Amino acid sequence: MNVGTWEAMILVVRRELCLSFRRPDQLLQPLVFFLIVTTLFPLGLSLQLSLLRDMAPGVLWVAALLSSLLSLDSLFKSDADDGTLEQLALCGQGLTVIVVAKTLAHWLVTGAALVLVSPIVGTALGIPVSAFATMMLSLALGSLTLSWLGAIGAALTVGLRRGNVLLSLIVLPLAMPLLIFGAGATDRAISGVSPAGALYFLAALCVFTCTLAPFAATVALRITLE
Amino acid sequence: MNSTGAELSVEGVHVWRGDRHVLKGVSVTLGARELLHVSGPNGTGKTTLLRVVCGLLRPEQGAVSWLGKSIGSVRAEYQTALAYASHEPALKGDLTALENLRFAVGLKRRVSAADLRAGLERTGVAACADLPARVLSAGQRRRVAMARVLAMNASLWLLDEPFTNLDDAGTGLVSGLLQDHVQQGGLALVVAHHDLKLDCKVRRLELTA
Repeated sequence: MNVGTWEAMILVVRRELCLSFRRPDQLLQPLVFFLIVTTLFPLGLSLQLSLLRDMAPGVLWVAALLSSLLSLDSLFKSDADDGTLEQLALCGQGLTVIVVAKTLAHWLVTGAALVLVSPIVGTALGIPVSAFATMMLSLALGSLTLSWLGAIGAALTVGLRRGNVLLSLIVLPLAMPLLIFGAGATDRAISGVSPAGALYFLAALCVFTCTLAPFAATVALRITLE
Repeated sequence: MNSTGAELSVEGVHVWRGDRHVLKGVSVTLGARELLHVSGPNGTGKTTLLRVVCGLLRPEQGAVSWLGKSIGSVRAEYQTALAYASHEPALKGDLTALENLRFAVGLKRRVSAADLRAGLERTGVAACADLPARVLSAGQRRRVAMARVLAMNASLWLLDEPFTNLDDAGTGLVSGLLQDHVQQGGLALVVAHHDLKLDCKVRRLELTA
């Protein structure tokens, strides 16, 4: 009785979620970081709402990028350290299935969670409620793309002892388009202009990474496993 | 257990680790009802050989084939037929023993919790089923890892130092399990330092530096 690909993927996602919820501190760390960094800006800047509103998209996006990076390091590393990654690699499902499931689960506990708390941050930064939908959609697309890019980086740096600095150096430059178009979309929505163009671009990047990154990450992981 | 005609063959495998020539043309074949005991001093590439046989490490030269086909071309089939236990128990500390088994074995075949509990019972750690793996002793973890090998229902067992951290009873238990597996038509490749006293066909491969 062989296990189907979907079944296997669901099982791996459940495993990852189960592991995340057993470690609430690690689960909450990026979220708290995101909330704190974005709260520091209104405190540090002058109290002019207009200035804050101008800076809000940039602040929001930089904070989101950095907080997503915090948890990327452990994507494959914790499994590699205790040997369970080898077991996963030999499960008969193909490493790509494992990579996809792990990355999606990682996005659910980091990116999706970030999207859910973003209205709180948006309010603190003076982003009007009318722009929330665009902000959340752009963050959702951006964080998913970042998870895929991060999966490649994490797979490449699994074998390194202090790989997280290198991981940031690999992922952050690739994330620049996300920052530009993500912040651009939010900015446009705040000023009442249609953000469609920027959102389409983000969606295209998301599709691009969703389709190609799993294979790149699989190859990287297979090399580091050797 | 379906292993009629099951055969593993390793032909002229060479592996370099940087400048070190770790495996120098290892060739070995293994048929059903056979156990290969790989021994040798530390650092002679026993684990490396096991990883090559698993398919985790691609040799610079040589090939590993399963049922006459290169393991790269029948990867999914081959992986379903093998159960690998590395020298680490490979358990997630935050998951219970049972969850560890469920998430590892569940990817290979559909398995019920009762089956998994029966496996833990057989390796003498049924009482630990619902404890997080992090609180288990090294020996108990080894037994859980052995229960995972059992539950995979594989015809080829690849075990790296399965006797580490085990007490006398545990050593006897693992020997018994190995013997049963081989007598029921399975294949096993075991890396171990001490002699295996088993009542089945044991071949030896001694690696030298």
